[in-house]
Amino acid sequence: MLSPTIVRLGVRSIFGRWRGVLLIVLPVVLLAISLLVRGLVGDDLDAAEGTLYGLGLVVILPLVALLATSGLLAPEIDDGSISYLLAKPLSRHTIVASKLVVAIVCVFVFGALPMFVAGLVLRSDSPSFAVGFGLASLLAGAAYCAVFAWLSVLTRHAVVIGLIYLLVWEGLLGGLLDGIRWLSITRWAAELIDQIASLELVDDLPLVYALLALAVTFGAGVWMTGRALRAFNLTGDE
Amino acid sequence: MSSPSDAPESRGRPAGVIHDLGYRPYTGPRLGGGPVARSFFLTGLRNAYGLGRSGRSKVLPMILLAMMLLPALILVGVLVQARDLLQYDEQLVAYSRYPVVTQALISVFVAAQAPALLSRDLRFRTITLYLARPMPRTVYVLIRLASLAVATFILIAAPLALMYAGGLLADLPVGSETKDFLGGLFGAALLALLLSGLAALVAALTVRRGLAVAAVIVVLGVTYTAVSTIQGIAFSTDSEKVGQVAGVFSPYTLVNGVQVFLFDAPNATVLPPEGTGMGLFYVAVALVMAAGSVGALLARYRNVSP
Repeated sequence: MLSPTIVRLGVRSIFGRWRGVLLIVLPVVLLAISLLVRGLVGDDLDAAEGTLYGLGLVVILPLVALLATSGLLAPEIDDGSISYLLAKPLSRHTIVASKLVVAIVCVFVFGALPMFVAGLVLRSDSPSFAVGFGLASLLAGAAYCAVFAWLSVLTRHAVVIGLIYLLVWEGLLGGLLDGIRWLSITRWAAELIDQIASLELVDDLPLVYALLALAVTFGAGVWMTGRALRAFNLTGDE
Repeated sequence: MSSPSDAPESRGRPAGVIHDLGYRPYTGPRLGGGPVARSFFLTGLRNAYGLGRSGRSKVLPMILLAMMLLPALILVGVLVQARDLLQYDEQLVAYSRYPVVTQALISVFVAAQAPALLSRDLRFRTITLYLARPMPRTVYVLIRLASLAVATFILIAAPLALMYAGGLLADLPVGSETKDFLGGLFGAALLALLLSGLAALVAALTVRRGLAVAAVIVVLGVTYTAVSTIQGIAFSTDSEKVGQVAGVFSPYTLVNGVQVFLFDAPNATVLPPEGTGMGLFYVAVALVMAAGSVGALLARYRNVSP
């Protein structure tokens, strides 16, 4: 199901040039701000929640997923070298799965793990807080990766469209309209955190629905990416 | 058999000859650097909104402009209704607050258009053709930056102008409205300069378009969220100095603070700068940020080989 060569190539394309720097900067910013907040207010639930949810889960984690995923497929589609990859006798689903494994490991290392550590920094006496944010980050990050992978096969402007989706749908509208909790990866992850760490990040969202929705989004994203790659057309820029 | 490069040299003759094939040369007036720069600026400005480019590249900037204008239009509508009922005599959302409320849209615009103007010239080596014209590379950089800054300014100032026109038509007091509006325009110009300076610098350092877009968003979006998180926490714990200093790290909060200090405009953050010292600090940081990004951009282009 996985091809070690594609995994190796994927790792190299993520850490080539500037992308690796950006991926490292994001968790460093999160950890630095957690330390600053801890220094300012001490062990405070509201401040910890505001930092990890408002900054970490809504902004940093989706950006890590977007950067990791867009480094895997988009450059090859951009310069046309994907046709050499597609010409190999490999199932398109294998290609997608191998690439996504790299992206999810990236999300784990640069998204979920820093969230866990930041949770421990902010609330050292209640490990369930850190565990909740870490685990939810991993699941939400995986779902984001699948969605962004599908986007990057569909269009050349995947990064811009992904950013608009993140900033407008998950960020701006998600804060204004309560009904978006049924259709927002961040809110589903927040419900999982609520259950593990007994917080009140989102109201009135069943845990079973949240987990199912995360799983369905991930599965559908992976499958649709493979499917889109099966009938793939290289088109010119602009 | 000898290679073509050393053959003429060995015989001591010139390497190439331009034959006059009898075509009629151009004898009309040749415009100098000024008109070249002007038309280059206009092309860049039009391209930032997708004019003169393919239909698909018009979609994003036009949608963003419409999304910027829509809340302003709704606000004017509400203002007209509320003025009769509730006797409002000022804008519902102040001019200085509007860019901060819509910061996500402005960031996406700058992030999408800065690479379109700068990264592609580097990636596809079209910069060679530009630098072959009678236009120094300093001028090339400054004109590209000016196109981006003016395009961003139009995006930020258009809804403000709509609100101003609506406010005047709804019979708000002309004097105070005009004063607030001019302050808002100054803020929009400063914000456009800071945003496009930072975005152009990031885009010039990144040759790949998609990565440049993400990098600009990381710089603009993450700093804004981090600043508002820190300010919120500093506000609730009464450590106001930390929150006020934190405000200089995002262009949006920085420009809003400058407006609060210079024009006594309504603040969009929970911790605007208080006192002359902090206000001057905000102004100084804004100037350093603008000059620094332009200087770094010029330094980046100094060793781009034509």
